[in-house]
Amino acid sequence: MKKLFSILSVLLAFTLVAAACGSDATDVVDAGTDAVEDAVDGDDDAMEDDAMEDGEHLGDGSLGVVTVEAGDEIQIRSLEAISGDVAFLGLPNQRGTQQAVEDYGQIHGFDVTSGTGLDDLCSADGGQAAAQTIVADEQVIGVIGTSCSGAATAAAPLISEAGMVMISASNTSPALTSDQQGNAGENYNEGYYRTAHNDLFQGAAMAEFVFNDLGLTTAAAIHDGDPYTEGLASAFTNSFEELGGTVTGFTAVAKEDTDMTPVLTEIAAGSPEALFFPIFQPAGDFIADQAPGVSGLENTMLLAADGLLVDGYLELEASEGMHFSGPDTRFGENKNQSTGVSANEFLATYEENNGQAPEAPFWGHAYDATALLLDAIDAASWLDGDNLMIDRAGVREFLNGVRGYEGIIGTINCDDFGDCGSQKITIIQHLDSGDIEGSKANVVFEYAP
Amino acid sequence: MTTAIRAKGAAKTNVDKFLTLLRVLLIGAISVGLLAFIAQQIDPGNAFAKWTHDGQEANRLTGEQFKGLIVSGLSQGAMYGLIALGYSMVYGVLGFINFAHGEVFMVGAFTGFIMSNKFDEAGLWEGGAFIPTVLFTVLIATLIATGLAVLMERVAYRPLRGSPRLIPLITSIGVSFFIQNAVILLFGAGAKSYPPNPDWLQDDWILGIEGVKIVVIIVAAISMAGLWYFVERTKTGKAMRAVAEDKEIASLMGINVNRTIVTTFAVGGAMAGIGGMLWGLLFRSVIATTGFLPGIKAFTAAVVGGVGNLGGAMAGGVALGGAESLAPLTLLEPLGISGVSQLRDAVSFVLLILVLLIKPTGLFGERLSSDDRA
Repeated sequence: MKKLFSILSVLLAFTLVAAACGSDATDVVDAGTDAVEDAVDGDDDAMEDDAMEDGEHLGDGSLGVVTVEAGDEIQIRSLEAISGDVAFLGLPNQRGTQQAVEDYGQIHGFDVTSGTGLDDLCSADGGQAAAQTIVADEQVIGVIGTSCSGAATAAAPLISEAGMVMISASNTSPALTSDQQGNAGENYNEGYYRTAHNDLFQGAAMAEFVFNDLGLTTAAAIHDGDPYTEGLASAFTNSFEELGGTVTGFTAVAKEDTDMTPVLTEIAAGSPEALFFPIFQPAGDFIADQAPGVSGLENTMLLAADGLLVDGYLELEASEGMHFSGPDTRFGENKNQSTGVSANEFLATYEENNGQAPEAPFWGHAYDATALLLDAIDAASWLDGDNLMIDRAGVREFLNGVRGYEGIIGTINCDDFGDCGSQKITIIQHLDSGDIEGSKANVVFEYAP
Repeated sequence: MTTAIRAKGAAKTNVDKFLTLLRVLLIGAISVGLLAFIAQQIDPGNAFAKWTHDGQEANRLTGEQFKGLIVSGLSQGAMYGLIALGYSMVYGVLGFINFAHGEVFMVGAFTGFIMSNKFDEAGLWEGGAFIPTVLFTVLIATLIATGLAVLMERVAYRPLRGSPRLIPLITSIGVSFFIQNAVILLFGAGAKSYPPNPDWLQDDWILGIEGVKIVVIIVAAISMAGLWYFVERTKTGKAMRAVAEDKEIASLMGINVNRTIVTTFAVGGAMAGIGGMLWGLLFRSVIATTGFLPGIKAFTAAVVGGVGNLGGAMAGGVALGGAESLAPLTLLEPLGISGVSQLRDAVSFVLLILVLLIKPTGLFGERLSSDDRA
């Protein structure tokens, strides 16, 4: 018996380690940003450019000045999920950044490099480790990334404290910016910006669609404990209640769960007409597969978000008939004003370089984010002899003042908490698992705030 | 229980008092949850339900939903039971936990995935061809899983025979990671889907229960019965029991101990292979880490039922599957706990603790070899 107990204790320790590896720590960091002084002090001619000749530039030097010596490159970094399950999301972002750096060209005669692409592993641990690598190099001005909100939660405080800026192309958690009512989110850090939408808008879009277009009055939501899924699920239920609908259930699954009967039974007890589960594969597979077999959910409308809007999920027969929300990617003839490159030109180059089309919808967001960062560096830098001087506070000052910037994703305006996205959301209906492209183009609802 | 033998009637230590308190608390909480559930089934608007649900009426479970929970618990439990048999037999014979057993299960499920997709492309996964195709797939998945278990024994565990038992335990953790990562390397890290089952398997058969779940429960029951017959009624089975009892004396009686141990691994692997294939039919999605959690649950089931006791492993699996499925909604939700479905792993391990607290040898008692009865 004693031996059995000693074996059991080893087993327990092992399980705990495995459990710690499996879950995304969501509560890693609180937003300790006091170290950084607010650099914006109302310089209203912020958007004027070409004033660099006599050393005029944005910024008051409060966050330090970086000197790039003649012949060196201006350093920015790319931090995306480029390995593992979520590589489909991060790789197009990283390539978008590289293409934007190439298209943009020199700044005051200096080349720009995004260095070797770093990996955020789509987790808090990964984001923190990569951010430490980045801040250790004092030449770095800014970071394009992360891919995942969970990674940004850990990376943003470090980047912010080092006086750098961080522009994400695909973080959507409301906690990273604000509640859109003027209150900073719990994980907001100064110097954090994003061209992706805020999930408050995605949740609102889904709620309006369900309540107004489908005419359903009861709904439930399931998340998996990840900051992205939980934020989006609660944004949906909050908006749905504001519109006058009734939320019959709000619960969570564990990411490793396979038998969804209990959780679906819990949801079925409230007999909702719609069920929104903005989670990932494989848990999403089991929900779509098992929901029709649970008593009380036979006719419930199934809805999901951009996390499941991937080919591997749309190929499943069980996903037919579902609705998916996601960023509006019908960019048409939009051009990025800094480089003059249009969405179609970008895609042509992308396919030529990588042999395939982007697998996730945030490549345009990454391209615009990079062009914005380079514009900011341009506005905050000046030549001092042969060297280029870059004022870190000036970079933030420029980004805080971005209004009416024309990018691939549309018009970009940055609010006080770093939300710069166009916030356009579309909802598609998936009709045929044999025609994925057709389903992706089957837009049934459009939303813009 | 421990080396320090305590005289009967000796004064209770603080540890004893604490354990007693823990037993009382756990059983008390379960009773309150059960009573609250019964109360809310009778009247969802009763005072206690309103108090635990912030003034709102609780949701009553319909009979249909209750049946759904029981059936899904049974089918999940049947799979835990099949995996638990492998843990239990190896523990009975060699006295260590073969952690990589969950990976044998995963490899069985993966083999099923590869073959079923090939057959689906050839149009053999539907119509009249389905049943022979599935039987053939089960056979191959079982053979591959058996082969893997035997290979594992030969490569990783036999060289360690006779060393302290923590060493093979740690080795088995290494083997587990090795197999998981080998599968990721070969087939990628993404989720792999089985082709859809034919409609008749998805339809309700009797009492409104989905056909595939009935198949899972029946196949698991037949496999377990077959195993029981093998161990209790055949000569090889008798040899296995003899080796489990005492290796040295068994070898003096002319039993080939090495061969018997290989047989034990092979039979355990076969059970896991069948379990993996049933998993594939039921959930239709498999990833490289599929074996990890079910493996740990199955080990829990083996301990709950009594290590080394085959009937106990089966019963433990079904008990664990049932508890996981039912307890969140019938015990925890009536107490006003939110997000109860996330707590199913906690339910399993609390059940384990409860059983160890109240009946440390498991529900049906342990059967250990002589050197384990310390």
